[in-house]
Amino acid sequence: MSSEREHASPVTWDSGIAIKPVYGPGDAPKSVDGDGEPGEFPYTRGIHPLMYRKRPWTIRQYSGFGTAAETHERFLYLIKHGNTGLNVAFDLPTQCGLDSDDAMADGEVGRVGMAVDTLADMEEAFDGIDLNQITVSLTINGAAVPIMAMYFAMADKRGFPLRELRGTAQNDILKEFIGRGTWIFPVEPSLRLVGDTIEFCAREVPHYSPVSVCGYHIRESGATPAQEMAYGLAIACAYVEHVRARGLDVDEFAQGISFNFDIFGNLWEQVAKFRAGRRLWAKIMKERYAAKNARAMQLRMIAGGGGGGLTVEQPLNNLVRSAYYALASALSGTQTMALCSYDEAYTIPSEQAARLSLRTMQILMHEVGACDTVDPLAGSYFVEATTSEMEAKIRAIMGNLDAEGGIVRAIADGRAQADVNRQAYERQRRIDRGEIKRVGVNCFADDEAEPDVEFHPYRREKADEQVARLGKVRATRDAAKVAQTLDALTRAAREGRNVMPAAMDAVKAYASVGEVCGALKTVFGTYKEPVRF
Amino acid sequence: MTTSSGAVGVAEPIRVLVAKPGVDGHDVGAKLICRALMEAGMSVVYTGLRQSPEAIATAARDHCADVVGLSIMSGAHLPLCEKVAASLKQAGMDHAKLIVGGVIPARDHDALAKLGASAVFGVSATLDEIVKWVEHNGRRTS
Repeated sequence: MSSEREHASPVTWDSGIAIKPVYGPGDAPKSVDGDGEPGEFPYTRGIHPLMYRKRPWTIRQYSGFGTAAETHERFLYLIKHGNTGLNVAFDLPTQCGLDSDDAMADGEVGRVGMAVDTLADMEEAFDGIDLNQITVSLTINGAAVPIMAMYFAMADKRGFPLRELRGTAQNDILKEFIGRGTWIFPVEPSLRLVGDTIEFCAREVPHYSPVSVCGYHIRESGATPAQEMAYGLAIACAYVEHVRARGLDVDEFAQGISFNFDIFGNLWEQVAKFRAGRRLWAKIMKERYAAKNARAMQLRMIAGGGGGGLTVEQPLNNLVRSAYYALASALSGTQTMALCSYDEAYTIPSEQAARLSLRTMQILMHEVGACDTVDPLAGSYFVEATTSEMEAKIRAIMGNLDAEGGIVRAIADGRAQADVNRQAYERQRRIDRGEIKRVGVNCFADDEAEPDVEFHPYRREKADEQVARLGKVRATRDAAKVAQTLDALTRAAREGRNVMPAAMDAVKAYASVGEVCGALKTVFGTYKEPVRF
Repeated sequence: MTTSSGAVGVAEPIRVLVAKPGVDGHDVGAKLICRALMEAGMSVVYTGLRQSPEAIATAARDHCADVVGLSIMSGAHLPLCEKVAASLKQAGMDHAKLIVGGVIPARDHDALAKLGASAVFGVSATLDEIVKWVEHNGRRTS
């Protein structure tokens, strides 16, 4: 029998872990005994003692397009159909810190997300939504300072005390330099601005999570699952070290750092990645940074079905893929889940596609038993063995990053980007050669023409409306107050003070995203890409 | 910007500029194509992100590009192509073949052709298809 096992065709995960055909008691690592119960250090089995038996994961579909009014309508639709949180998509000009009337914004206003220029837009988008019931995640990075300031100002004006406000900003600028690309300022001042938001929230908005560190986009850009976790944890360490250097204790702020990871491909590899990642993050926080607060050691995450697995070809296959990704996410103990919709490989999801994503998660939650018990795969010889192997892989990658000067330097000189790009290229070549199977693409492909797909219409008149709206705000606001608050913001940036209080004053005076970022650019300059291959 | 020269001792390599117009930051695909064209021996420059039409035309002229490839994922391919084509013309670079890749619905292919695109490569295009097209069509005939 054993010789038969030796002759089984080899299986190796993307992360470089060779998989045996059969696992047994001899494979289960001894360290499992040290894993403790769910809700106990090192949280391999989950960060809460009862996990979904107490509260199922939050369903937080990514959405937003056009104007604040249109996005508000979609938000209400998603809430009506069972979204328990919101995840805001901003358009590219907003994400890049450009106003809707900037020449570079032409043709992009409201196209891939909601256009936000001033506080007026933020107020309209969340009008009537109870921010205590629906927590909001802001997918904003380069322009996090004005957008977070606007969100806080909006909540404050509506009577939600900042000291009780919950929610998340993505605000992970380091990963934007590797993938996704909505950077504005150079690497060092960008890191400082993230530090300002973390410090501000630790003091003023203590239940808010100012950063969601994204392995997600690094994986989407070409990294393996082990690298995704390693880069994510390394970036989180960079933020922790930056804020500690300001004299804050990790127990004061590290609970505000959450994570965002990607799910596609091999189910078991994702499970091992998350269980290992939780264990390793807890150990790093405790051993390296002397955390004592349990919340500072817990890896809280949104783990969503990623776009990298979806295909334009045979788009309905994406529904099936997404269901498996959702299962992987639930089996991995995520706190929040989102799924790319089946049409998201080529367009903003239709209402029908967005609803199907919601239903996929609800069926898993209410019909299939995914919430029945905590960490159901624990104790499996295979899952425990691969969790430990994954932890060793992640550690090794992080060790290499440290040995080569750390993640911030690797990003600043373009090495991290070049590594990920090279892998993306090798992966694409393997797909083109059929070595990585993509059902409906390089195997089981149809000769018949693809079914017609429904594209989200782009309405030019809505962009014009947005530009007109911005013009009206500019014409009616107190210009002297705008100039004075922007000047104060510039001084805070130049003198090394936390920019958030001044940014709050500026957005309350209806300074725009472009004006706030412009003021910061006069001090920090703009990022120049080190394009390396 | 990065340049990779083609093999020595053979015909002059085809010169390609790969550009990201507009504000879309997704450039995994653009970089894959750069690498594939470089491996095929072409001389390739990648502009990096967030390039204005004028900057793309200037980069195309500086590189003496035979082919200008635009990568667009955001859906803004029609307005962006129109502007880049106009800038190329203004820079005296309208002899360069303009090709477009990204998330582009089939129904927009004709409109892109009218704007001056010689070829459009959607998400399903393989790297080899793109390399072959450039090898066969990229060289200046004049």
